[in-house]
Order: sequence, then C-alpha cells, then structure tokens
Amino acid sequence: MRKFLWVCRKYLPVLLVIAGIGLMILGSRLGEVIVFYRKAVMICLECIGVG
Amino acid sequence: MKHIRTWIQVIWTALTNGYVFGYLKGTLYRGKWKKLCVPGLNCYSCPGAVGSCPIGALQSVLGKHNRSISWYMIGFFLLVGSIFGRFVCGFLCPFGLIQEGLHKVPILKRFKRKNLPGHRWLKYLKYGILIVFVILLPLYAVDQFGGGAPAFCKWLCPSGTLMGGWIQSIRQPQLRRVLGGLFAWKSIVLIGLLLLSMFVYRPFCKYLCPLGAVYSVFNPIAFYHMELQREACISCGKCTRSCPMGIAVMEHPNDPECIRCGKCIGSCPEQCLKIHFGLHKNKGPERENLGGADGDGRTGCL
Repeated sequence: MRKFLWVCRKYLPVLLVIAGIGLMILGSRLGEVIVFYRKAVMICLECIGVG
Repeated sequence: MKHIRTWIQVIWTALTNGYVFGYLKGTLYRGKWKKLCVPGLNCYSCPGAVGSCPIGALQSVLGKHNRSISWYMIGFFLLVGSIFGRFVCGFLCPFGLIQEGLHKVPILKRFKRKNLPGHRWLKYLKYGILIVFVILLPLYAVDQFGGGAPAFCKWLCPSGTLMGGWIQSIRQPQLRRVLGGLFAWKSIVLIGLLLLSMFVYRPFCKYLCPLGAVYSVFNPIAFYHMELQREACISCGKCTRSCPMGIAVMEHPNDPECIRCGKCIGSCPEQCLKIHFGLHKNKGPERENLGGADGDGRTGCL
C-alpha cells in the first residue's frame, strides 16, 4: 500500500496530463468548444461592462 | 533570467493579442484559433485576441441553460496545470506583465511593499472568487431563459475591462452610448488594481485571480518545478527576502503562490535552487520522509 501511494504521488502529474487530454477530447466531442467559440467571436457585453 | 522572462511575457502577449485588423477596424478575430484557449487571463473581447480566455470559456459552458459540467475546461486545467503550474502566471499572462511593469514605476521605496496587510488570509480570497464568481453564479444565477452570465467577467475581471472594454469603447462609438454603471464599476476596479500595482507586487495575482487559484493547486506537483538542494543550503534567507510573492522559499520552494519568476534562484549565493522540468525526485517509499529532495513536504494545495 505504501509503495502504491508513493508511485501514485510520483506519477500523479503524468496521470493528470493523460486525464486532462482525455477530458478535453470528451468535451470537444460533446460540443463544448463550439459553445465558448460562439461566445468568443462576439463582443462579450458583460466583459466590456454593458448591461 | 529576469530579462528573458520579460521578453517571453512581451512576445507572448504580442502573439496572443496580435490580430492587428481588430484594433484597426474595431472588430474581433473570428478564425479557427479562437477555439483554442490561451493559458493565461486574456479577454476574448480584446480586438487583438487570437485565442479564448480559459476562465471566460469555463463560465460560458457552465452558464448554458442545461447547466452542464465543462469537461473540456477541466481537462484543459488538468493538462496545463500539471505541466506548468503557475509558470503560466509568471511567463504567459498579459495582465501579470502589466502589473509588473507598473510596479517598476519609481515611487518612494517606503511606500512599496511585497504584500497587503492580512496577506496570510487575503491570499485565499482568490479561491472564493473562483468558487463563487466563476463556478456557482454562472451555474445558478440564471435569467428567465435559464442561462447564467459570466459573473467574474461581468463584475470583476480587470483584464476584460482593459483589453476588451476600454479598447472596444475607443474603437466603437456606438458602444460608448450604452456604457453605464457596470462599466464605471469595472473601471474603478481596474484603476484601483493598476494603482495598487505600483505599490504592491502583482496584487491581482496574489488576491483576486481565479485562474491563479486554479494553477496554484498544481504548483506542488507540476512538471515545471523548483528543486532545493538542502545539503548546499546555508539558510541565509536571501531567497525568501528576494521573493516578491512573500514565500518562505527555503521551506516551500513549490508553494502554491510561486509564479516561477526565478528571483530566488538569482539571489541564492550557493546556487541551491534550480528549475527542473520532469518528475519530482522523491526518495523511495521505504526512505521517503516529508522533507523530500526539494524540501517540499506538502502535497496539498492550500
């Protein structure tokens, strides 16, 4: 158990990078990129202080 | 290191906000690169912005009418945070560059300070802003159509005010007619932070930035990290005194507040501190103690 925890701690960033790439692929397949892209190509009224 | 870092900041800012037609015509870049998030805080309403802001993108997805989790942005933060930690803050954030530039304005030294009073507790404010303004309000403070507004962008973000609001209001006269109290509030926040930056080093990064809050979680474990050779350290304390973020470098070289500016490395007379990119050098499980090779005994983030 101690060795398992040590391995997890040492290789945690590697696991997180792999998880991160996987989640980004999942998110783009679910269409999330289009959601913020649509927002990003219009002037964000909230950002500039209108409304 | 200091000048290299400044040049990287300037070049990165120019690259990520280099859509010249946007400034000339008062429009936005609408090409395919806007589907990519830049790692730092960079309003996508800036006329020159080539990429999207990660905090803005996160709020956009959370504020959708069906209240969805943003898997893409969680993955983005895991990826960028695990590799770079707060290196992004120190090297790739345009608003960080602006604050550092203002801090160099010559003002009587006795008025300059590293931290605000109450720094020990104030530094946790950014986590509260992340949770409330970036996550909860877009999710639950919805309009009649079920959509949530990007609350951090709307009420607080100084980068959006400066790079989006002020520049767009200069370039588009029709926008100036509809600016009101919200713009005034955001301008007050921005001007306050810009003035404060002349006296306190990076106040927005220390106390208010939700993106810094996200990346700070990864600082203790990121590939890009500091290593302290304890055997060579003579405990002179110069690293701690030189740290502009107020970190006890000898005790916590990978503190969540560290933006990897490298000033401690330059100040160390014994050259005990080094930047390392890779896995942390832990001793084996039988001999591991809380000290570790880099003296970073913490695995937590706060």
